Amino acid sequence: MPGSTLQVAELTPEADALERMVFDGDPEAVRTALGELFERPILARLTEGCRGTIEIVLAEVMNNVSEHAYAEYPGTIDLSISAHGDFILAQMVDTGLPMPGGELPGGKLAGGDGIQDLPEGGFGWFLIRSLTRELNYLREGGTNRLSFCVDVDYQD
Amino acid sequence: MELKSEHHGEILVIRAVGDRIDAAGAIQFKERMREIIQEPSTRVVLDMSTVGFLDSSGLGAVVAVMKALGPIRRLELSGLTPTVEKVFRLTRMDSVFIIHKSLPEGLRNAG
Repeated sequence: MPGSTLQVAELTPEADALERMVFDGDPEAVRTALGELFERPILARLTEGCRGTIEIVLAEVMNNVSEHAYAEYPGTIDLSISAHGDFILAQMVDTGLPMPGGELPGGKLAGGDGIQDLPEGGFGWFLIRSLTRELNYLREGGTNRLSFCVDVDYQD
Repeated sequence: MELKSEHHGEILVIRAVGDRIDAAGAIQFKERMREIIQEPSTRVVLDMSTVGFLDSSGLGAVVAVMKALGPIRRLELSGLTPTVEKVFRLTRMDSVFIIHKSLPEGLRNAG
């Protein structure tokens, strides 16, 4: 999609490294894409802890797309990851359904008094919000555009 | 995700043989676990030492298994790797499960 390439170029003029992947928005393809991304040099020198954090966040945002945005029809996920010194910027574009109400979910953890009241879902946005900063969502021309930063450390 | 189970006295030890419990495998994991925990035991320990990654779908499945155990048995977890431990800690589910650093001596070759 040429539009998203342009946007990446505008938003990341000073990136140390950039990776872009386009793949189907379903759980199997998301798993495969994550595996491939973590083989690439851009994330190779991060500490194990930072790699784990980025994998959690990316899995959550992409699974959200496959489960909700593409709940009624299939489509692709266009993911760009760029390295900027002490943070990684991720930008994700899909052509699925918009976020309900045009806004990102709040991501508050549901409470429960006993084991039978424990939530079995609703952890995703809580994790995303806990592990990112500058989380931003835009609905534009039939696309969902999500971006966020994750602060990172590199191995010596 | 393959699951291998073995009884050690009153403890049912289930070993997750696979590297991730994610959105692509969470439902299958939950269903297979529900079958295995039908076997009678006083304690159930899930060894996750080879599971390097778990997302919110996987966490939801583990919570569902704990609920399926009913009021008497609690799901005990063993060998959480760093990223899995992070997900449990951030969501405060580490306070809900009994978590062992590794399987107790004598149970390590289970499965």
